[in-house]
Amino acid sequence: MARAATDSPSTRRGLWHEIVKNRWAYIFISPFYVSFLIFGFLPVLFSIYLSFHKWKGLGPMEFVGLKNYTYLFGVGGKAFWQSIENGIILFFMYVPIMTFLALVLAVILNSRLVRFFQAYRTMIFAPYVTSMIAAGFTFGLMLQQKGGLFNAFLNMVGLPGVPWLENIWWARVSLCLLIVWGWLGYNMVIMLAGLQTIPRELTEAALIDGASSVQAFFHITIPLLRPVILFSVILSTMGSFGLFNEVMALTGGGPMRATLTTLVQIYGEAFNNYRFGRASAQAYTYFALIFVLTLLQFRYFGREE
Amino acid sequence: MITSLSREKGEGMTILLKRVRSLGVKVILYGLLTFIAIFMMLPFIWMLRTSFMPQGEIFGIPPRLISRNMSLDGYRYIIEYGVLKSLRNTFFVAFSFSVVSLFFCSLGGYGFAKYRFPGRNPLFAFLLATMIIPGAVTMLPTYVIMLKLRWLDTFWPLIVPGAANAFGIFFMRQYIGTISDELIDAARIDGCGEFGIFCRIILPICAPGLTSLGLIFFMGAWNNYLGPLIYLRSSEKFTLPLFMMQMSGPPGYSPYRELMGVAVVSVVPLLIIFLIFQRRFTEGITAGAIKE
Repeated sequence: MARAATDSPSTRRGLWHEIVKNRWAYIFISPFYVSFLIFGFLPVLFSIYLSFHKWKGLGPMEFVGLKNYTYLFGVGGKAFWQSIENGIILFFMYVPIMTFLALVLAVILNSRLVRFFQAYRTMIFAPYVTSMIAAGFTFGLMLQQKGGLFNAFLNMVGLPGVPWLENIWWARVSLCLLIVWGWLGYNMVIMLAGLQTIPRELTEAALIDGASSVQAFFHITIPLLRPVILFSVILSTMGSFGLFNEVMALTGGGPMRATLTTLVQIYGEAFNNYRFGRASAQAYTYFALIFVLTLLQFRYFGREE
Repeated sequence: MITSLSREKGEGMTILLKRVRSLGVKVILYGLLTFIAIFMMLPFIWMLRTSFMPQGEIFGIPPRLISRNMSLDGYRYIIEYGVLKSLRNTFFVAFSFSVVSLFFCSLGGYGFAKYRFPGRNPLFAFLLATMIIPGAVTMLPTYVIMLKLRWLDTFWPLIVPGAANAFGIFFMRQYIGTISDELIDAARIDGCGEFGIFCRIILPICAPGLTSLGLIFFMGAWNNYLGPLIYLRSSEKFTLPLFMMQMSGPPGYSPYRELMGVAVVSVVPLLIIFLIFQRRFTEGITAGAIKE
Protein backbone atom coordinates (compact mmCIF):
# COMPACT_ATOMS: atom_id res chain seq x y z
CA MET A 1 0.00 0.00 0.00
CA ALA A 2 2.61 2.44 1.08
CA ARG A 3 4.77 1.55 -1.86
CA ALA A 4 1.94 1.99 -4.28
CA ALA A 5 1.18 5.36 -2.76
CA THR A 6 4.71 6.59 -3.23
CA ASP A 7 5.04 4.95 -6.64
CA SER A 8 1.99 6.20 -8.41
CA PRO A 9 2.71 9.96 -8.39
CA SER A 10 6.18 9.40 -9.74
CA THR A 11 5.00 7.00 -12.47
CA ARG A 12 2.22 9.38 -13.27
CA ARG A 13 4.74 12.14 -13.59
CA GLY A 14 6.85 9.78 -15.69
CA LEU A 15 3.89 9.07 -17.91
CA TRP A 16 3.14 12.76 -18.25
CA HIS A 17 6.79 13.37 -19.05
CA GLU A 18 6.66 10.71 -21.76
CA ILE A 19 3.54 12.23 -23.25
CA VAL A 20 5.03 15.70 -23.33
CA LYS A 21 8.28 14.39 -24.74
CA ASN A 22 6.42 12.66 -27.56
CA ARG A 23 3.91 15.45 -28.19
CA TRP A 24 4.92 15.62 -31.84
CA ALA A 25 3.97 11.99 -32.36
CA TYR A 26 0.46 12.73 -31.08
CA ILE A 27 0.21 15.70 -33.40
CA PHE A 28 1.39 13.57 -36.34
CA ILE A 29 -1.14 10.82 -35.79
CA SER A 30 -4.01 13.12 -34.79
CA PRO A 31 -5.38 13.84 -38.30
CA PHE A 32 -6.54 10.23 -38.57
CA TYR A 33 -8.37 10.29 -35.24
CA VAL A 34 -9.98 13.67 -35.90
CA SER A 35 -11.10 12.54 -39.32
CA PHE A 36 -12.33 9.21 -37.94
CA LEU A 37 -14.29 11.02 -35.26
CA ILE A 38 -16.13 13.11 -37.84
CA PHE A 39 -16.46 10.72 -40.78
CA GLY A 40 -16.36 7.37 -38.97
CA PHE A 41 -17.43 7.40 -35.35
CA LEU A 42 -20.10 10.07 -35.68
CA PRO A 43 -21.71 8.38 -38.72
CA VAL A 44 -21.67 4.99 -36.97
CA LEU A 45 -23.61 6.50 -34.05
CA PHE A 46 -25.84 8.61 -36.26
CA SER A 47 -26.62 5.49 -38.27
CA ILE A 48 -28.02 3.73 -35.19
CA TYR A 49 -30.08 6.82 -34.44
CA LEU A 50 -31.36 6.95 -38.01
CA SER A 51 -32.29 3.28 -37.98
CA PHE A 52 -34.85 4.02 -35.24
CA HIS A 53 -36.42 6.83 -37.23
CA LYS A 54 -38.43 7.46 -40.32
CA TRP A 55 -36.74 10.09 -42.42
CA LYS A 56 -36.84 11.16 -46.05
CA GLY A 57 -33.50 12.93 -45.97
CA LEU A 58 -35.24 16.27 -45.55
CA GLY A 59 -37.73 17.62 -43.02
CA PRO A 60 -38.40 16.29 -39.53
CA MET A 61 -37.49 12.82 -38.31
CA GLU A 62 -40.13 10.62 -36.80
CA PHE A 63 -39.18 8.16 -34.06
CA VAL A 64 -40.49 4.70 -34.93
CA GLY A 65 -38.64 2.49 -32.44
CA LEU A 66 -37.71 -0.92 -33.82
CA LYS A 67 -40.19 -0.69 -36.68
CA ASN A 68 -37.49 -0.47 -39.35
CA TYR A 69 -35.97 -3.68 -38.04
CA THR A 70 -39.23 -5.58 -37.62
CA TYR A 71 -40.11 -4.49 -41.15
CA LEU A 72 -36.74 -5.71 -42.41
CA PHE A 73 -37.06 -9.07 -40.67
CA GLY A 74 -40.72 -9.30 -41.63
CA VAL A 75 -42.65 -8.36 -44.72
CA GLY A 76 -40.40 -5.65 -46.14
CA GLY A 77 -37.06 -7.40 -46.20
CA LYS A 78 -37.46 -9.32 -49.42
CA ALA A 79 -35.09 -7.25 -51.55
CA PHE A 80 -32.52 -6.99 -48.77
CA TRP A 81 -32.40 -10.72 -48.02
CA GLN A 82 -32.36 -11.43 -51.72
CA SER A 83 -29.27 -9.22 -51.94
CA ILE A 84 -27.60 -11.14 -49.10
CA GLU A 85 -28.46 -14.40 -50.83
CA ASN A 86 -27.05 -13.01 -54.09
CA GLY A 87 -23.83 -12.10 -52.32
CA ILE A 88 -23.47 -15.67 -51.06
CA ILE A 89 -24.34 -17.17 -54.45
CA LEU A 90 -21.90 -14.87 -56.26
CA PHE A 91 -19.23 -15.67 -53.69
CA PHE A 92 -19.49 -19.39 -54.33
CA MET A 93 -19.64 -18.84 -58.06
CA TYR A 94 -16.49 -16.80 -58.56
CA VAL A 95 -14.28 -17.00 -55.47
CA PRO A 96 -13.22 -20.67 -55.71
CA ILE A 97 -12.53 -20.42 -59.44
CA MET A 98 -10.76 -17.09 -59.19
CA THR A 99 -8.63 -18.07 -56.21
CA PHE A 100 -7.64 -21.37 -57.76
CA LEU A 101 -6.86 -19.79 -61.13
CA ALA A 102 -4.85 -17.02 -59.48
CA LEU A 103 -2.88 -19.62 -57.56
CA VAL A 104 -2.21 -21.77 -60.63
CA LEU A 105 -1.18 -18.77 -62.71
CA ALA A 106 1.09 -17.52 -59.94
CA VAL A 107 2.74 -20.94 -59.61
CA ILE A 108 3.26 -21.18 -63.37
CA LEU A 109 4.73 -17.70 -63.60
CA ASN A 110 6.86 -18.26 -60.52
CA SER A 111 8.27 -21.55 -61.81
CA ARG A 112 10.19 -19.78 -64.58
CA LEU A 113 9.05 -22.56 -66.91
CA VAL A 114 7.60 -20.05 -69.33
CA ARG A 115 9.18 -17.26 -71.30
CA PHE A 116 7.58 -13.81 -71.62
CA PHE A 117 6.81 -13.97 -67.90
CA GLN A 118 6.63 -10.16 -67.71
CA ALA A 119 4.32 -9.82 -70.67
CA TYR A 120 1.85 -12.36 -69.34
CA ARG A 121 1.85 -10.79 -65.90
CA THR A 122 1.28 -7.32 -67.35
CA MET A 123 -1.62 -8.48 -69.51
CA ILE A 124 -3.32 -10.38 -66.72
CA PHE A 125 -2.90 -7.52 -64.26
CA ALA A 126 -3.90 -4.65 -66.57
CA PRO A 127 -7.69 -5.00 -65.98
CA TYR A 128 -7.14 -4.20 -62.31
CA VAL A 129 -6.35 -0.56 -63.09
CA THR A 130 -9.36 -0.27 -65.37
CA SER A 131 -12.52 1.55 -64.35
CA MET A 132 -15.15 -1.10 -63.68
CA ILE A 133 -17.77 1.24 -65.08
CA ALA A 134 -15.93 1.33 -68.40
CA ALA A 135 -15.32 -2.42 -68.29
CA GLY A 136 -18.93 -3.11 -67.29
CA PHE A 137 -20.28 -1.28 -70.32
CA THR A 138 -17.78 -3.04 -72.55
CA PHE A 139 -18.85 -6.43 -71.22
CA GLY A 140 -22.46 -5.39 -71.69
CA LEU A 141 -21.62 -4.79 -75.32
CA MET A 142 -19.79 -8.07 -75.78
CA LEU A 143 -22.52 -10.04 -74.00
CA GLN A 144 -25.43 -8.81 -76.12
CA GLN A 145 -27.56 -11.73 -77.16
CA LYS A 146 -27.74 -10.60 -80.79
CA GLY A 147 -24.54 -9.33 -82.34
CA GLY A 148 -22.47 -9.73 -79.19
CA LEU A 149 -18.95 -11.06 -79.41
CA PHE A 150 -19.36 -13.93 -76.94
CA ASN A 151 -22.35 -15.43 -78.70
CA ALA A 152 -20.53 -15.07 -82.00
CA PHE A 153 -17.71 -17.19 -80.56
CA LEU A 154 -20.20 -19.75 -79.31
CA ASN A 155 -21.86 -19.93 -82.71
CA MET A 156 -18.48 -20.28 -84.36
CA VAL A 157 -17.77 -23.50 -82.45
CA GLY A 158 -21.28 -24.73 -83.16
CA LEU A 159 -22.97 -23.88 -79.86
CA PRO A 160 -26.19 -21.92 -79.55
CA GLY A 161 -26.09 -18.35 -78.24
CA VAL A 162 -26.81 -17.62 -74.61
CA PRO A 163 -29.10 -14.96 -73.07
CA TRP A 164 -26.18 -13.57 -71.06
CA LEU A 165 -27.97 -10.67 -69.42
CA GLU A 166 -31.60 -11.70 -69.75
CA ASN A 167 -31.65 -14.90 -67.71
CA ILE A 168 -31.24 -14.99 -63.91
CA TRP A 169 -28.38 -17.47 -63.80
CA TRP A 170 -26.64 -16.32 -66.95
CA ALA A 171 -26.71 -12.75 -65.62
CA ARG A 172 -24.91 -13.98 -62.55
CA VAL A 173 -22.40 -15.82 -64.73
CA SER A 174 -21.88 -12.62 -66.72
CA LEU A 175 -21.27 -10.62 -63.57
CA CYS A 176 -18.77 -13.26 -62.41
CA LEU A 177 -16.98 -13.07 -65.75
CA LEU A 178 -16.56 -9.33 -65.28
CA ILE A 179 -15.40 -9.74 -61.67
CA VAL A 180 -12.88 -12.44 -62.54
CA TRP A 181 -11.67 -10.30 -65.42
CA GLY A 182 -11.13 -7.35 -63.10
CA TRP A 183 -9.74 -9.09 -60.04
CA LEU A 184 -7.84 -12.16 -61.20
CA GLY A 185 -4.66 -10.19 -61.84
CA TYR A 186 -4.78 -8.59 -58.42
CA ASN A 187 -5.11 -11.94 -56.67
CA MET A 188 -2.42 -13.44 -58.86
CA VAL A 189 0.04 -10.67 -58.04
CA ILE A 190 -0.59 -11.10 -54.32
CA MET A 191 -0.02 -14.84 -54.58
CA LEU A 192 3.08 -14.33 -56.68
CA ALA A 193 4.49 -12.16 -53.93
CA GLY A 194 3.53 -14.81 -51.40
CA LEU A 195 5.23 -17.52 -53.45
CA GLN A 196 8.41 -15.49 -53.60
CA THR A 197 8.65 -15.67 -49.81
CA ILE A 198 8.69 -19.51 -49.98
CA PRO A 199 12.25 -20.77 -50.37
CA ARG A 200 12.68 -22.52 -53.70
CA GLU A 201 14.79 -25.25 -52.05
CA LEU A 202 11.75 -26.50 -50.19
CA THR A 203 9.83 -27.64 -53.25
CA GLU A 204 13.03 -28.72 -54.99
CA ALA A 205 13.90 -30.98 -52.08
CA ALA A 206 10.45 -32.55 -52.23
CA LEU A 207 10.81 -33.15 -55.95
CA ILE A 208 14.19 -34.83 -55.42
CA ASP A 209 12.62 -37.02 -52.73
CA GLY A 210 10.25 -38.31 -55.38
CA ALA A 211 7.17 -36.13 -54.94
CA SER A 212 5.38 -35.18 -58.12
CA SER A 213 4.99 -31.50 -58.86
CA VAL A 214 1.24 -31.80 -58.23
CA GLN A 215 1.94 -33.33 -54.80
CA ALA A 216 4.44 -30.56 -54.04
CA PHE A 217 1.82 -28.00 -55.02
CA PHE A 218 -0.83 -29.40 -52.68
CA HIS A 219 1.38 -30.41 -49.75
CA ILE A 220 3.97 -27.63 -49.67
CA THR A 221 2.91 -24.59 -51.66
CA ILE A 222 -0.72 -24.36 -50.58
CA PRO A 223 -0.13 -24.84 -46.83
CA LEU A 224 2.65 -22.25 -46.84
CA LEU A 225 0.54 -19.81 -48.80
CA ARG A 226 -2.37 -20.19 -46.41
CA PRO A 227 -2.16 -16.66 -44.92
CA VAL A 228 -2.12 -15.10 -48.38
CA ILE A 229 -5.01 -17.25 -49.58
CA LEU A 230 -6.95 -16.35 -46.44
CA PHE A 231 -6.31 -12.67 -47.07
CA SER A 232 -7.57 -12.91 -50.62
CA VAL A 233 -10.66 -14.95 -49.66
CA ILE A 234 -11.61 -12.55 -46.86
CA LEU A 235 -11.28 -9.60 -49.21
CA SER A 236 -13.47 -11.40 -51.72
CA THR A 237 -16.10 -12.13 -49.07
CA MET A 238 -16.56 -8.47 -48.26
CA GLY A 239 -16.13 -7.73 -51.95
CA SER A 240 -19.04 -9.85 -53.11
CA PHE A 241 -21.57 -8.10 -50.85
CA GLY A 242 -20.03 -4.72 -51.56
CA LEU A 243 -19.99 -5.02 -55.35
CA PHE A 244 -21.26 -1.77 -56.79
CA ASN A 245 -19.62 -0.47 -59.95
CA GLU A 246 -19.69 -3.83 -61.71
CA VAL A 247 -23.39 -4.27 -61.01
CA MET A 248 -24.38 -0.71 -61.90
CA ALA A 249 -22.62 -0.80 -65.26
CA LEU A 250 -23.40 -4.36 -66.34
CA THR A 251 -26.75 -5.55 -65.00
CA GLY A 252 -28.24 -2.77 -62.90
CA GLY A 253 -29.12 -5.46 -60.35
CA GLY A 254 -31.44 -7.38 -62.63
CA PRO A 255 -32.99 -9.40 -64.06
CA MET A 256 -35.50 -9.84 -61.23
CA ARG A 257 -32.95 -8.73 -58.62
CA ALA A 258 -30.76 -11.71 -59.43
CA THR A 259 -27.59 -9.62 -59.34
CA LEU A 260 -28.70 -7.05 -56.79
CA THR A 261 -25.90 -6.80 -54.24
CA THR A 262 -26.28 -5.48 -50.73
CA LEU A 263 -24.50 -2.19 -51.32
CA VAL A 264 -26.60 -1.48 -54.41
CA GLN A 265 -29.73 -2.32 -52.43
CA ILE A 266 -28.82 -0.01 -49.53
CA TYR A 267 -27.82 2.77 -51.89
CA GLY A 268 -31.12 2.49 -53.75
CA GLU A 269 -33.19 2.43 -50.55
CA ALA A 270 -31.55 5.66 -49.42
CA PHE A 271 -30.93 7.69 -52.54
CA ASN A 272 -33.65 6.47 -54.88
CA ASN A 273 -36.46 5.74 -52.41
CA TYR A 274 -35.42 8.32 -49.78
CA ARG A 275 -35.97 5.88 -46.92
CA PHE A 276 -32.98 6.77 -44.78
CA GLY A 277 -34.23 4.97 -41.68
CA ARG A 278 -34.84 1.68 -43.42
CA ALA A 279 -31.57 1.97 -45.31
CA SER A 280 -29.70 2.48 -42.01
CA ALA A 281 -31.37 -0.56 -40.46
CA GLN A 282 -30.27 -2.56 -43.48
CA ALA A 283 -26.74 -1.19 -43.29
CA TYR A 284 -26.49 -2.21 -39.64
CA THR A 285 -27.83 -5.69 -40.24
CA TYR A 286 -25.34 -6.04 -43.06
CA PHE A 287 -22.50 -4.85 -40.82
CA ALA A 288 -23.39 -7.45 -38.19
CA LEU A 289 -23.47 -10.22 -40.79
CA ILE A 290 -20.14 -9.26 -42.32
CA PHE A 291 -18.57 -9.01 -38.90
CA VAL A 292 -19.65 -12.51 -37.88
CA LEU A 293 -18.66 -13.94 -41.25
CA THR A 294 -15.16 -12.47 -41.11
CA LEU A 295 -14.70 -13.75 -37.56
CA LEU A 296 -15.80 -17.24 -38.60
CA GLN A 297 -13.41 -17.23 -41.51
CA PHE A 298 -10.55 -16.25 -39.27
CA ARG A 299 -11.46 -18.96 -36.82
CA TYR A 300 -11.77 -21.74 -39.37
CA PHE A 301 -9.00 -20.92 -41.75
CA GLY A 302 -6.62 -18.79 -39.78
CA ARG A 303 -6.24 -21.02 -36.75
CA GLU A 304 -2.48 -21.47 -36.99
CA GLU A 305 -1.57 -17.80 -37.20
CA MET B 1 25.31 -57.71 -74.06
CA ILE B 2 21.71 -58.16 -74.90
CA THR B 3 20.55 -56.90 -71.52
CA SER B 4 22.67 -53.74 -71.70
CA LEU B 5 21.39 -53.02 -75.19
CA SER B 6 17.80 -53.38 -74.18
CA ARG B 7 18.47 -51.22 -71.15
CA GLU B 8 19.91 -48.51 -73.36
CA LYS B 9 16.90 -48.81 -75.55
CA GLY B 10 14.68 -48.55 -72.50
CA GLU B 11 16.49 -45.44 -71.27
CA GLY B 12 16.17 -43.89 -74.67
CA MET B 13 12.44 -44.52 -74.50
CA THR B 14 12.05 -42.93 -71.09
CA ILE B 15 14.04 -39.86 -72.17
CA LEU B 16 11.86 -39.56 -75.23
CA LEU B 17 8.78 -40.04 -73.09
CA LYS B 18 9.97 -37.37 -70.70
CA ARG B 19 10.59 -34.98 -73.58
CA VAL B 20 7.14 -35.62 -75.00
CA ARG B 21 5.62 -35.16 -71.58
CA SER B 22 7.44 -31.94 -70.86
CA LEU B 23 6.47 -30.72 -74.30
CA GLY B 24 2.87 -31.59 -73.49
CA VAL B 25 3.10 -29.76 -70.18
CA LYS B 26 4.53 -26.73 -71.95
CA VAL B 27 1.74 -26.73 -74.51
CA ILE B 28 -0.83 -26.85 -71.69
CA LEU B 29 0.89 -24.08 -69.73
CA TYR B 30 1.27 -21.75 -72.69
CA GLY B 31 -2.23 -22.60 -73.83
CA LEU B 32 -3.74 -21.65 -70.47
CA LEU B 33 -1.69 -18.47 -70.17
CA THR B 34 -2.43 -17.36 -73.70
CA PHE B 35 -6.13 -18.09 -73.36
CA ILE B 36 -6.34 -16.00 -70.20
CA ALA B 37 -4.20 -13.22 -71.66
CA ILE B 38 -6.52 -13.02 -74.68
CA PHE B 39 -9.57 -12.90 -72.40
CA MET B 40 -7.94 -10.06 -70.50
CA MET B 41 -7.05 -8.06 -73.60
CA LEU B 42 -10.30 -8.61 -75.47
CA PRO B 43 -12.40 -5.93 -73.71
CA PHE B 44 -9.70 -3.32 -74.35
CA ILE B 45 -9.61 -4.22 -78.01
CA TRP B 46 -13.38 -4.26 -78.28
CA MET B 47 -13.69 -0.93 -76.47
CA LEU B 48 -11.25 0.69 -78.90
CA ARG B 49 -12.86 -0.91 -81.94
CA THR B 50 -16.36 0.14 -80.99
CA SER B 51 -15.31 3.74 -80.34
CA PHE B 52 -14.54 4.09 -84.07
CA MET B 53 -17.50 2.09 -85.39
CA PRO B 54 -20.64 3.67 -86.83
CA GLN B 55 -23.59 2.81 -84.60
CA GLY B 56 -25.23 0.62 -87.25
CA GLU B 57 -22.25 -1.72 -87.52
CA ILE B 58 -21.52 -2.23 -83.82
CA PHE B 59 -23.79 -5.26 -83.52
CA GLY B 60 -23.19 -6.54 -87.02
CA ILE B 61 -23.40 -10.30 -87.53
CA PRO B 62 -20.75 -11.64 -87.68
CA PRO B 63 -18.99 -9.03 -85.51
CA ARG B 64 -16.14 -7.31 -87.29
CA LEU B 65 -13.00 -5.88 -85.78
CA ILE B 66 -12.43 -3.39 -88.58
CA SER B 67 -14.78 -1.60 -90.91
CA ARG B 68 -14.27 0.72 -93.85
CA ASN B 69 -16.62 3.22 -92.20
CA MET B 70 -14.56 3.70 -89.06
CA SER B 71 -14.16 7.35 -88.08
CA LEU B 72 -13.32 9.73 -85.29
CA ASP B 73 -16.87 11.09 -85.27
CA GLY B 74 -17.61 9.48 -81.89
CA TYR B 75 -14.69 11.33 -80.33
CA ARG B 76 -15.68 14.59 -82.00
CA TYR B 77 -19.14 14.20 -80.51
CA ILE B 78 -18.03 13.41 -76.96
CA ILE B 79 -15.59 16.33 -77.00
CA GLU B 80 -18.48 18.59 -77.93
CA TYR B 81 -20.43 16.96 -75.15
CA GLY B 82 -17.76 17.95 -72.59
CA VAL B 83 -15.61 14.90 -72.06
CA LEU B 84 -12.45 17.00 -71.71
CA LYS B 85 -14.00 18.97 -68.86
CA SER B 86 -14.90 15.68 -67.22
CA LEU B 87 -11.38 14.37 -67.76
CA ARG B 88 -10.04 17.49 -66.07
CA ASN B 89 -12.41 17.02 -63.11
CA THR B 90 -11.35 13.39 -62.74
CA PHE B 91 -7.70 14.32 -62.85
CA PHE B 92 -8.17 17.16 -60.39
CA VAL B 93 -9.98 14.97 -57.84
CA ALA B 94 -7.58 12.05 -58.19
CA PHE B 95 -4.50 14.24 -57.99
CA SER B 96 -5.63 16.37 -55.04
CA PHE B 97 -6.81 13.32 -53.14
CA SER B 98 -3.50 11.54 -53.69
CA VAL B 99 -1.35 14.50 -52.63
CA VAL B 100 -3.37 15.31 -49.51
CA SER B 101 -3.61 11.65 -48.49
CA LEU B 102 0.07 11.01 -49.02
CA PHE B 103 0.89 13.89 -46.71
CA PHE B 104 -1.38 12.83 -43.85
CA CYS B 105 -0.69 9.11 -44.20
CA SER B 106 3.08 9.48 -44.21
CA LEU B 107 2.84 11.89 -41.28
CA GLY B 108 0.78 9.39 -39.30
CA GLY B 109 2.95 6.49 -40.41
CA TYR B 110 6.02 8.37 -39.22
CA GLY B 111 4.40 9.03 -35.84
CA PHE B 112 3.67 5.33 -35.33
CA ALA B 113 6.96 4.04 -36.73
CA LYS B 114 9.52 6.25 -35.00
CA TYR B 115 8.13 7.34 -31.63
CA ARG B 116 7.58 5.17 -28.58
CA PHE B 117 4.80 7.07 -26.89
CA PRO B 118 2.32 5.92 -24.25
CA GLY B 119 -0.74 4.36 -25.84
CA ARG B 120 0.96 3.62 -29.12
CA ASN B 121 -0.07 -0.02 -29.42
CA PRO B 122 -3.74 0.38 -28.46
CA LEU B 123 -4.04 3.42 -30.69
CA PHE B 124 -2.60 1.50 -33.61
CA ALA B 125 -4.79 -1.53 -32.95
CA PHE B 126 -7.77 0.80 -32.91
CA LEU B 127 -6.69 2.28 -36.24
CA LEU B 128 -6.54 -1.16 -37.80
CA ALA B 129 -9.88 -2.15 -36.30
CA THR B 130 -11.64 0.80 -37.93
CA MET B 131 -10.98 -0.83 -41.29
CA ILE B 132 -13.72 -3.41 -40.77
CA ILE B 133 -16.49 -0.78 -40.71
CA PRO B 134 -18.13 -1.18 -44.10
CA GLY B 135 -18.70 1.90 -46.24
CA ALA B 136 -22.41 1.05 -46.40
CA VAL B 137 -22.81 1.99 -42.72
CA THR B 138 -21.11 5.38 -42.92
CA MET B 139 -22.42 6.27 -46.37
CA LEU B 140 -25.77 7.82 -45.35
CA PRO B 141 -24.67 9.80 -42.28
CA THR B 142 -21.63 11.10 -44.14
CA TYR B 143 -23.99 12.32 -46.83
CA VAL B 144 -25.99 14.14 -44.16
CA ILE B 145 -22.81 15.68 -42.76
CA MET B 146 -21.85 16.91 -46.22
CA LEU B 147 -25.35 18.32 -46.62
CA LYS B 148 -24.96 20.27 -43.37
CA LEU B 149 -21.48 21.45 -44.36
CA ARG B 150 -22.95 22.64 -47.68
CA TRP B 151 -20.37 20.51 -49.47
CA LEU B 152 -22.83 18.81 -51.82
CA ASP B 153 -21.92 19.31 -55.46
CA THR B 154 -18.33 20.19 -54.58
CA PHE B 155 -15.18 18.09 -54.74
CA TRP B 156 -14.54 18.32 -50.99
CA PRO B 157 -16.45 15.14 -50.02
CA LEU B 158 -14.29 13.22 -52.48
CA ILE B 159 -11.03 14.49 -51.00
CA VAL B 160 -11.43 15.21 -47.28
CA PRO B 161 -13.02 12.15 -45.55
CA GLY B 162 -10.52 9.57 -46.79
CA ALA B 163 -7.45 11.80 -46.64
CA ALA B 164 -5.97 10.42 -43.41
CA ASN B 165 -6.90 6.78 -43.93
CA ALA B 166 -5.97 3.68 -41.96
CA PHE B 167 -4.61 1.71 -44.89
CA GLY B 168 -2.25 4.50 -45.93
CA ILE B 169 -0.96 5.02 -42.39
CA PHE B 170 -0.45 1.27 -41.99
CA PHE B 171 1.42 1.16 -45.29
CA MET B 172 3.67 4.11 -44.50
CA ARG B 173 4.38 2.83 -40.99
CA GLN B 174 5.74 -0.39 -42.50
CA TYR B 175 7.83 1.58 -44.95
CA ILE B 176 9.21 4.16 -42.53
CA GLY B 177 9.97 1.41 -40.01
CA THR B 178 12.82 0.27 -42.26
CA ILE B 179 14.59 3.64 -42.08
CA SER B 180 17.45 3.65 -39.57
CA ASP B 181 17.02 5.65 -36.37
CA GLU B 182 20.58 6.95 -36.51
CA LEU B 183 19.76 9.18 -39.44
CA ILE B 184 16.89 10.75 -37.51
CA ASP B 185 18.95 11.11 -34.32
CA ALA B 186 21.77 12.77 -36.25
CA ALA B 187 19.34 15.31 -37.70
CA ARG B 188 17.91 15.92 -34.23
CA ILE B 189 21.40 16.60 -32.85
CA ASP B 190 21.99 19.04 -35.70
CA GLY B 191 19.02 21.00 -34.37
CA CYS B 192 16.39 19.94 -36.86
CA GLY B 193 12.82 20.21 -35.52
CA GLU B 194 10.52 17.19 -35.51
CA PHE B 195 8.44 18.41 -38.43
CA GLY B 196 11.64 19.45 -40.22
CA ILE B 197 12.95 15.89 -39.86
CA PHE B 198 9.76 14.60 -41.42
CA CYS B 199 9.92 16.99 -44.37
CA ARG B 200 13.64 16.96 -45.03
CA ILE B 201 14.65 13.41 -44.12
CA ILE B 202 11.70 11.06 -44.04
CA LEU B 203 9.78 12.22 -47.10
CA PRO B 204 12.74 12.15 -49.52
CA ILE B 205 13.81 8.70 -48.37
CA CYS B 206 10.24 7.45 -48.70
CA ALA B 207 9.92 8.51 -52.33
CA PRO B 208 9.53 4.92 -53.65
CA GLY B 209 6.95 4.03 -51.01
CA LEU B 210 5.10 7.29 -51.59
CA THR B 211 5.02 6.53 -55.30
CA SER B 212 3.52 3.08 -54.68
CA LEU B 213 0.89 4.37 -52.30
CA GLY B 214 0.21 7.43 -54.43
CA LEU B 215 -0.50 5.22 -57.44
CA ILE B 216 -3.01 3.19 -55.45
CA PHE B 217 -4.71 6.35 -54.19
CA PHE B 218 -4.72 7.92 -57.63
CA MET B 219 -6.22 4.83 -59.23
CA GLY B 220 -8.86 4.48 -56.53
CA ALA B 221 -9.97 8.09 -56.82
CA TRP B 222 -9.84 8.06 -60.62
CA ASN B 223 -12.14 5.04 -60.84
CA ASN B 224 -14.36 5.96 -57.88
CA TYR B 225 -17.99 5.96 -58.88
CA LEU B 226 -20.08 5.73 -55.69
CA GLY B 227 -18.61 8.91 -54.17
CA PRO B 228 -19.23 11.15 -57.19
CA LEU B 229 -22.64 9.53 -57.66
CA ILE B 230 -23.71 10.56 -54.17
CA TYR B 231 -22.12 14.00 -54.00
CA LEU B 232 -21.93 15.53 -57.47
CA ARG B 233 -25.06 17.03 -58.99
CA SER B 234 -24.29 19.39 -61.85
CA SER B 235 -23.00 17.74 -64.98
CA GLU B 236 -20.11 20.16 -65.45
CA LYS B 237 -18.61 18.71 -62.26
CA PHE B 238 -19.00 15.05 -63.26
CA THR B 239 -16.03 12.73 -63.22
CA LEU B 240 -15.59 10.23 -66.05
CA PRO B 241 -17.41 7.23 -64.52
CA LEU B 242 -20.41 9.44 -63.78
CA PHE B 243 -20.18 11.01 -67.23
CA MET B 244 -20.34 7.52 -68.73
CA MET B 245 -23.30 6.52 -66.59
CA GLN B 246 -25.16 9.65 -67.58
CA MET B 247 -24.65 8.89 -71.28
CA SER B 248 -25.85 5.31 -71.06
CA GLY B 249 -29.36 4.22 -71.92
CA PRO B 250 -31.16 0.96 -71.20
CA PRO B 251 -29.01 -2.14 -71.85
CA GLY B 252 -28.49 -2.63 -75.56
CA TYR B 253 -29.75 0.83 -76.47
CA SER B 254 -26.90 3.04 -75.28
CA PRO B 255 -24.99 5.19 -77.78
CA TYR B 256 -22.25 2.59 -77.67
CA ARG B 257 -19.78 4.32 -79.97
CA GLU B 258 -19.69 7.43 -77.78
CA LEU B 259 -19.86 5.42 -74.58
CA MET B 260 -16.82 3.39 -75.61
CA GLY B 261 -15.08 6.61 -76.61
CA VAL B 262 -15.44 7.90 -73.05
CA ALA B 263 -14.37 4.48 -71.75
CA VAL B 264 -11.17 4.75 -73.79
CA VAL B 265 -10.57 8.27 -72.43
CA SER B 266 -11.01 6.98 -68.88
CA VAL B 267 -8.93 3.81 -69.27
CA VAL B 268 -5.94 4.91 -71.34
CA PRO B 269 -4.36 7.40 -68.88
CA LEU B 270 -4.30 4.82 -66.10
CA LEU B 271 -2.95 2.11 -68.40
CA ILE B 272 -0.10 4.39 -69.43
CA ILE B 273 0.69 5.24 -65.81
CA PHE B 274 0.50 1.55 -64.91
CA LEU B 275 2.88 0.54 -67.70
CA ILE B 276 5.42 3.16 -66.64
CA PHE B 277 5.26 2.41 -62.90
CA GLN B 278 4.37 -1.27 -63.01
CA ARG B 279 6.93 -2.31 -60.40
CA ARG B 280 5.94 0.35 -57.88
CA PHE B 281 2.32 -0.51 -58.47
CA THR B 282 2.65 -4.19 -57.66
CA GLU B 283 4.88 -3.38 -54.69
CA GLY B 284 2.18 -1.16 -53.28
CA ILE B 285 -0.48 -3.79 -53.72
CA THR B 286 1.48 -6.65 -52.23
CA ALA B 287 2.82 -4.69 -49.26
CA GLY B 288 -0.53 -4.83 -47.51
CA ALA B 289 -1.08 -8.53 -48.11
CA ILE B 290 2.29 -10.09 -47.36
CA LYS B 291 3.57 -9.56 -43.87
CA GLU B 292 7.22 -10.08 -43.15
